[in-house]
Amino acid sequence: MKYVMFICTPVGGAELSPEEIAEHPDFTSYIDEVRSSGVVKGGARLRPSTDATTVRVQGDEVLLSDGPFVESKEYVAGFDIIEVADLDEAIALASKHPAALGGGSVEVRPVWE
Amino acid sequence: MNDVEEAVAAAFREEWGQVVATLIRVTGDWDLAEECAQDAFAQALDRWRRDGVPRRPGAWLTTTARNRALDVLRREAVGAAKLREVAVLARDDGPYDPDDEDDSGVTDDRLRLIFTCCHPALPMEARVALTLRTLAGLTTPEIARAFLVPEATMAQRVVRAKRKIRNAGIPYRVPPAHLLPERTTGVLGVVYLLFNEGYAATSGADLVRTNLCAEAIRLARVLARLMPDEPEALGLLALLLLHDARRGTRVDAAGELVTLEDQDRTAWDRAAIDEGAALLETALRRGRPGPYQIQAAIAACHTTAATSEETDWADIAALYGELRRFVPSAVVELNRAVAVGMAEGPETGLALLAELEKAGDLAEYHLLPATRADLLRRMGRTAEAAEAYARALELVENDAERRFLEKRLAECRSV
Repeated sequence: MKYVMFICTPVGGAELSPEEIAEHPDFTSYIDEVRSSGVVKGGARLRPSTDATTVRVQGDEVLLSDGPFVESKEYVAGFDIIEVADLDEAIALASKHPAALGGGSVEVRPVWE
Repeated sequence: MNDVEEAVAAAFREEWGQVVATLIRVTGDWDLAEECAQDAFAQALDRWRRDGVPRRPGAWLTTTARNRALDVLRREAVGAAKLREVAVLARDDGPYDPDDEDDSGVTDDRLRLIFTCCHPALPMEARVALTLRTLAGLTTPEIARAFLVPEATMAQRVVRAKRKIRNAGIPYRVPPAHLLPERTTGVLGVVYLLFNEGYAATSGADLVRTNLCAEAIRLARVLARLMPDEPEALGLLALLLLHDARRGTRVDAAGELVTLEDQDRTAWDRAAIDEGAALLETALRRGRPGPYQIQAAIAACHTTAATSEETDWADIAALYGELRRFVPSAVVELNRAVAVGMAEGPETGLALLAELEKAGDLAEYHLLPATRADLLRRMGRTAEAAEAYARALELVENDAERRFLEKRLAECRSV
């Protein structure tokens, strides 16, 4: 099954760039273990939610607002697309992710196929 | 009820979960599995009347349900590949052999089913509902009545849980070894919660709710049989039996609460106590204690004391101390304070309570002031006891408990 793992981190926490992540020991050990297993099919690190623009359309009018639509304590900092056998395997991966270990969380969502 | 109806009813109690569990494995379709199981029981009423009750009703029912599933799938023109899969899986189980007493394949299915129903990715209330529906065979209206929610709400809950199992890819299997301890705790927790729902009946009294106790014991028996190496499964069954043995004496004919101290010990269910005590001993011999075994040991201290005065409160206090290591909760600490109060005198108990009151975790829990009131009453400090009873009455929700506290409050005020 395909799942997307939404990597959520606390608002106001450290913002590691993709380059920093690539060198950060927490991430390198995770990446070594997970990426080498071949289950990760794609993903991206996202800019902080302060850089987000939310778009809505009311009638003919395009409404823009700064920041994410819902203000919350956590925001989606990145996502990974994975392909594994079942939810237990997805949970096992998510529970090793540095974000889940470091005060953030990982939302595991099955891909609608 | 005639003999055949009785045989079908008995088979329903014993075999429903097994038939559904196997059908889910074979077809991968929860709704189809339930439909076909229902159909097999309906057919049993006719066929058993005509041909007699088969020697192994469970195997007969499973085979009948499986054939029905194949029919339905054929009629729905399911792809040939899927049909072959179901047929092959069906054959894997081997032909129906009435002399084959070892049905380990079937029991595995029930274990698969309960681990799936109790998967931690499902909300707790859905785990409970799904377990009662698929494994125990309760109808949705029955479950709704037992949990005091509208039928539509319960139906919605079950549908949503089944959908999540399918869409989120929750596996239908017994978890692998590294996940097993954690998941087993989760499964036992669902059964324990089920029992407590029936035992405590938190709001109002209802016969359907007390039936939950019987269902929980039945499930605990299945688990103890399926996981013979898991001492906590034995411990849970022992605990439920020991609690249930006293159920009839907890409330008097007028519906009033009777404290452990005043319960009629001759009316306790001896057979259940003996069975519970023996199970506990078997579990403890494994040398891997856990919260259910310890709670069962505490229950055994109560149920094996010939009189209330002979209760070994020092032992009970020590056991609560042990339980605290596994379940560090304020409620356990409160119970320990009660036991210490009984073993060493109310003053010591009150000192422990004072610490709990300071911590504030149980500020809204009626049993905290009720315990304080009881200790003060035993010391003859009735004015202070009355004050504490009044506070407990502000917090209590259960009617029988409320009347009990009111009675005690009146006694204190009349001194």
